[in-house]
Amino acid sequence: MLALLKKSPISARVGLIIILLNVTTMILAPVIAPYSETEAIGDVWAPISGDHLLGTDQLGRDLFTRIVYGARNTITIALLITLLSFTVGSVCGFLAATLGGWVDQLISRIVDVIMAFPTLIFALMVLSVVGTSIPVLIVVIAILDSTRVYRLSRAVAMDIEVLDFVEVARLRGEGLWWIMRHEILPNAMPPLIAEFGLRFCFVFLFISALSFLGLGIQPPTADWGSMVRENSGAISFGILTPLWPAGAIAFLTIGINLVVDWFLHRSSQIRSQ
Amino acid sequence: METLRAMVFKRIAFGFLTILVISVLIFVGVEALPGDLAEAVLGQNALPETVEAFRKELKLDMPPHVRYFSWLGDFLGGDFGNSLANGRSISDLIGWRLSNTLFLAGMTAIVAVPLAIILGLLAALYFNSWFDRMISIGTLSTISFPEFFVAYILIALLSVQLILFPSLSNINAQMSFFEKINVIFLPCLTMTLVVVAHMMRMTRAAIINVLTSPFIEMARLKGMSGVRIILHHALPNALSPIINVVVLNLAYLVVGVVVVEVVFVYPGLGQLLVDSVSKRDLPVVQACGLIFATTYVFLNLIADVLSMLSNPKLRQPK
Repeated sequence: MLALLKKSPISARVGLIIILLNVTTMILAPVIAPYSETEAIGDVWAPISGDHLLGTDQLGRDLFTRIVYGARNTITIALLITLLSFTVGSVCGFLAATLGGWVDQLISRIVDVIMAFPTLIFALMVLSVVGTSIPVLIVVIAILDSTRVYRLSRAVAMDIEVLDFVEVARLRGEGLWWIMRHEILPNAMPPLIAEFGLRFCFVFLFISALSFLGLGIQPPTADWGSMVRENSGAISFGILTPLWPAGAIAFLTIGINLVVDWFLHRSSQIRSQ
Repeated sequence: METLRAMVFKRIAFGFLTILVISVLIFVGVEALPGDLAEAVLGQNALPETVEAFRKELKLDMPPHVRYFSWLGDFLGGDFGNSLANGRSISDLIGWRLSNTLFLAGMTAIVAVPLAIILGLLAALYFNSWFDRMISIGTLSTISFPEFFVAYILIALLSVQLILFPSLSNINAQMSFFEKINVIFLPCLTMTLVVVAHMMRMTRAAIINVLTSPFIEMARLKGMSGVRIILHHALPNALSPIINVVVLNLAYLVVGVVVVEVVFVYPGLGQLLVDSVSKRDLPVVQACGLIFATTYVFLNLIADVLSMLSNPKLRQPK
């Protein structure tokens, strides 16, 4: 692991540092944050000062504190969504690949229809019917996103499923679940890990966009997307408050993309050798 | 030729089928509301008689399949029903907003598509040079930025600091063409930055992919110039993926306008959709959703048909 890191290009190291920084903030949020998440303690849109590292927001809450807590809320929700999406997507993908036949046909056609719909429009329509709440957001985005995971894991599993060791396991009388868990999953891991990074970025940007539109995570919970929305009025006075949470979103996404890029580059080199 | 025509026809038929399935989904989605639309709108304290009368008005007393077909028929005839929030006719609400959205997306496409292809070609031509690396880093970051981040940076720079363009895109029908361009400059630039990055990366990748093939090696050995190789040998062979990614990005534009319209308070269809979702004005949401989805499916359809026509490999039946 360390040897691998030593060989990594500078861009990947920058990416890793960004991710580590975000994860640390997420875990240590209450320790790092100087004030409480929802308490108003100063003037509206106070400038940057010793007391308020990034100034205050539209209700006079400390912006730095909100960003630190926002890391915790937004990243946790995006992670939950990506994990759910991967569980659903890869189980369905492996099932379709190993069983084939009508199961494959049925799931694939459903996925075709969902993917024909623009994701944002689909999500907006569902939210207008069932209303916005965090569990609804998690399930809706996870299902929409799992379609891409399904396509990838089905394609990868199709290639693995025809190999001899799977045939051997079948003849040994192993069950479907065992084959998926012990033969297909370990071999499908590398492309799925890279995809996890990309999907996380997508989900993270998606939930931020929804929150920005006022249809995602609801106030007073600190969340980067809704913070941009709440403070957007400041920009026309030349106050840069909304740029901080928006920049935080961009910062983390770039970090992950840098690492994923390196990972994809590395695995394509290994294949061509 | 016969098989090609059959394949294209099959793809188009599948596209229409998809739109039909989507319309059913949109309809059933609203049907799935606990209670029904009348109860949802009037609230729990409404008198039973009022609810009953309202149901009649919305034709909720008829069976679902009858209502679905009358809804779809009205929709195709351009009659979208009335908004629940203010009772106005939805076609009035949508008509001018739709033209605004198409104007914004169209102007962006006119700027973004040639720009992306030229930059992509240049990056491929000077593959691995500092120019190529700069472009790679630049595009990687714009892809990672949320649209509203790009938008607010542009507002802070070009609208607040330099006072070149307005930060609110208040557009109206009386404006001259150049006034309109001035007003939509910032949203247009925002979307261009986001879309160009993606199209450019794909163009570059497609060209570089072709550059590794033997006939390019041959052209090089004959002593051809780099520009000629790219324009005459690589570009025609990379056309299929490039056309594909251009049309897919146009499809993305149509949906991507939603966030940008909200940032710049531009009176477009996306803004209307977001407002209606927060007001839970379901008939408007249904209409906007169906329009967006149809455009998206249609552009995807065009992308597939064009790549079938431009790539002989895809003409073979599987």
